[in-house]
Amino acid sequence: MTAVLDIRGLHLAIGGRHRPTPILRGVDLTIGVGEVHGLVGESGAGKSMVGRALLGILPGAAVIEEGRIDFLGRDMIRLSERERRRLLGREISLIPQDPMTALNPVRRIGAQVADVLRLHLGLNDRAAWTRVVELLDEVHIREPERVARRYPHELSGGMRQRVLIATAFACEPKLIVADEPTTALDVTVQRQILRLIREMQANHGTAILFITHDLGVVAKICGTISVIHGGRILEHGSTEAIFKRPTHPYTSALFAATPRYDRPGDQLRPVPATLLAELAREARALDEGRRPGAAGR
Amino acid sequence: MSRAQLLRRLLLTIPTLFGVALIVFILLRVVPGDPIAMMLPPGAGEEDIARLRALYGLDRPILEQFLVWLGDAIGGDFGNSISLRQDVLSLVFSRLPATLELAFVAVVLAILLGTSMALVGVYGARRLPEWIVDAVNGVLLAIPDFLWGLVFILAVVVLGWGLPISGRIDPRLDIDWATQFWILESIVRLDVDTLGVLLRHILLPAIALALPLAAIITRVLKASLMEAMAQDYVQMARLKGLSRGRIIVREALRNAAIPTVTLTGVQLTFLVGGTVLIERIFAYQGIGNMAIDAVINRDLPLIQGLILTFAVLFIVINLAVDLTYAALNPRLRRG
Amino acid sequence: MAEPVAAALPDDGATGSVRALLGNPRVVFGGAIVLLLVTVALLADVLAPADPLAQDLLYSYLPPFWLEGAEPGYWLGTDSLGRDILSRLIHAARVALVVAVIAATATALIGTTLGLLAGFYGRWVDTVVSRLIDIWMAFPPVLLSIVLVAVLGAGLHSVIIAIAVIDWTRFARVVRAEVMVQREQDYVASAVVIGLGRWRTLTGEILPNVLPLLITLFTLEMGIAIIVEAILSFVGLSMASDFPTWGGMIAEGRQVIHQAWWLMAFPIAVLIVVVIALNMLGDGLRQVLDPVLRR
Repeated sequence: MTAVLDIRGLHLAIGGRHRPTPILRGVDLTIGVGEVHGLVGESGAGKSMVGRALLGILPGAAVIEEGRIDFLGRDMIRLSERERRRLLGREISLIPQDPMTALNPVRRIGAQVADVLRLHLGLNDRAAWTRVVELLDEVHIREPERVARRYPHELSGGMRQRVLIATAFACEPKLIVADEPTTALDVTVQRQILRLIREMQANHGTAILFITHDLGVVAKICGTISVIHGGRILEHGSTEAIFKRPTHPYTSALFAATPRYDRPGDQLRPVPATLLAELAREARALDEGRRPGAAGR
Repeated sequence: MSRAQLLRRLLLTIPTLFGVALIVFILLRVVPGDPIAMMLPPGAGEEDIARLRALYGLDRPILEQFLVWLGDAIGGDFGNSISLRQDVLSLVFSRLPATLELAFVAVVLAILLGTSMALVGVYGARRLPEWIVDAVNGVLLAIPDFLWGLVFILAVVVLGWGLPISGRIDPRLDIDWATQFWILESIVRLDVDTLGVLLRHILLPAIALALPLAAIITRVLKASLMEAMAQDYVQMARLKGLSRGRIIVREALRNAAIPTVTLTGVQLTFLVGGTVLIERIFAYQGIGNMAIDAVINRDLPLIQGLILTFAVLFIVINLAVDLTYAALNPRLRRG
Repeated sequence: MAEPVAAALPDDGATGSVRALLGNPRVVFGGAIVLLLVTVALLADVLAPADPLAQDLLYSYLPPFWLEGAEPGYWLGTDSLGRDILSRLIHAARVALVVAVIAATATALIGTTLGLLAGFYGRWVDTVVSRLIDIWMAFPPVLLSIVLVAVLGAGLHSVIIAIAVIDWTRFARVVRAEVMVQREQDYVASAVVIGLGRWRTLTGEILPNVLPLLITLFTLEMGIAIIVEAILSFVGLSMASDFPTWGGMIAEGRQVIHQAWWLMAFPIAVLIVVVIALNMLGDGLRQVLDPVLRR
């Protein structure tokens, strides 16, 4: 199975000229065609940065020091602006975290979804409109023609996320980055949206890089996962296997810290401080090895 | 804006207009120079002066004069101009279109220039284009319209710019049309030649008026655009593959226009106020020019009428700005 | 104690803020020109090569020194009555400066007082002041100033009164808004709790925090005052007499622009430089003082 995405040895740091803070320490990650791959970790572990590096929307102070991000055979890091624009929205797209701010408040829903159709698929107004209505219908929005004429503030959070999902799938991309797509939603809506993403993925066969901190979400939708901590991939493999028998102590600790629906009586245990210290030490050693004198954090 | 809100706004303007009228009225009655005496040839007898004064009602107590004036005004009679011997209302209406056209052209120019500069500044942000825009704008912000007018006149006389600096139209042309909206009418009549002459005459005064407003538009719009460009939906647009230029115009501009309209709205009234001096400098026959003459001639009824006219214009402008703001902001449309 | 003010300045107190001011290019550049203006105005008698009122009809319409027909000693040429333009420009600076400072002060006093009262006491005081502001802003400023000066009679005192009476709203609106914001701050509540009377709170606590804003507005107002004076003397309503003012010189120059364009050009150039300098200074002050104030 050829890889859609192949990240190799990605080192990324942020901040100051003299001593930038390492964020990603040699990340390796591979996603195959149609694979739904979860990138799991706590906040600050660097998982969002992987997505941003891939999409080319890193914050200004971030620097990629080493590594490759191969997408469809092209290195995304060394891509020209024009080539990148040709890929974005068409072969690779994003389902963002916050649906409330991701839509332009002064443009109608239909126009915003139609952007990628007009730009990448060259559809004219009429064809684009038809397709937009079809897409909105596909994400189970009722009365899609009326909604397409509405403005974002007239829609609920869940509906806005559906619109964004429709936009992400619009051009049949090879890979979709889903950056915590359910975190900002109500709990009841979260389940619906997850189901929707699963359904769309099954229908379109799109590969998904699913970034999340929620193991429950991972269990529901991801076929394979990578566990990330301190900018390092500690473990990766099939979800089922890892859930059944995690090999890395951190992964086990993560499970222990997660409430389980089927075992509500279980005591929750935070990740042991000793384990965290050990991991931090390993990270610092890595930083030292790469750049002597650059103590990581 | 709902109909009720609109009505309320309109009703609130009445006390404002009343206050304006009252203040001006009282102010003018304190005038030391005697307009009546100025109207009569020197050596006129006391009786003549007294008679003329009585004719214009200037011998009554102030409050009575004001009530009389108010009563007439509500009925549409704003009295007669002392210096021009015509009724004030028709005088105002004869010259108002000229000023309105001047203000309109100036505003259009200001919006075009200001928006272009802001867009250039944002497109070339943190690079040379932005610095140039900021520097130029700094100068534009500082210099008032009347100085621009004088500079232009200098440029025409000394540097030989080929634009007219006097009047609304070439004195050899004689226009006897239906309205005083000459530019508008020349377009309707498809009279390209006259339109050309009119535009050439209005160009320099309009630019002088436009530059300060353009500077403010540039500053506010550029800041609003930068703020819009930092929003999440702009990042989403980038992720759709849209180019920077298109994002600035299609995504950011409409959002940035909203606060810009509010913040520049007040400046529009300054532009209209500026017509007073600009019309004088360029000998342009609008109400501004007439106002200065009226003051010099102590023509009380005319001054009164003109100040009220300006006040009404300002109120209308403020209302129009609020309506535009409501129209641009989808959140306010359905209420 | 006025803690917020002390904390608002950089740690090293007075020297810190001076350093901040000098570090801002606009303050330096604009301030330098303004300082130059003040110096020229103060030393006018010494600096001017000739008596600004001295007429010499033999030497009328002399061009500036780089043009043909110029005479030595009359650097910028002479006007229709043979008066030296450079000297007139220098002495006119005095008028401009006097008007600028006095008018700006008067405007600031009226506007700030009303703004403070409206913002702090609220309710009917605010209603009255706000309504006044609304009415005032419905007047065309230039026209109103012309009317006022015509009413009050030509002269510098009328000009100053006219400026203060017309433009006080500029200070009042800003001060009122700022006071309303400050009123909600904690330090005001604590001052009230301590038992400081409302007036004491207003003057002792809020006013110092509004001060940086006032300084910026003051600079701006000076620029406006100079412009208004120029406009009024252009229209012929400022000082009587042939004592030079920039606006008056421009008006004279306008009449003879075809024969002697320099009569109009030099005062315009001076006005432009002065106005830009004041704006720059005000802008720079705002940049320096604003982050300090808002932290």
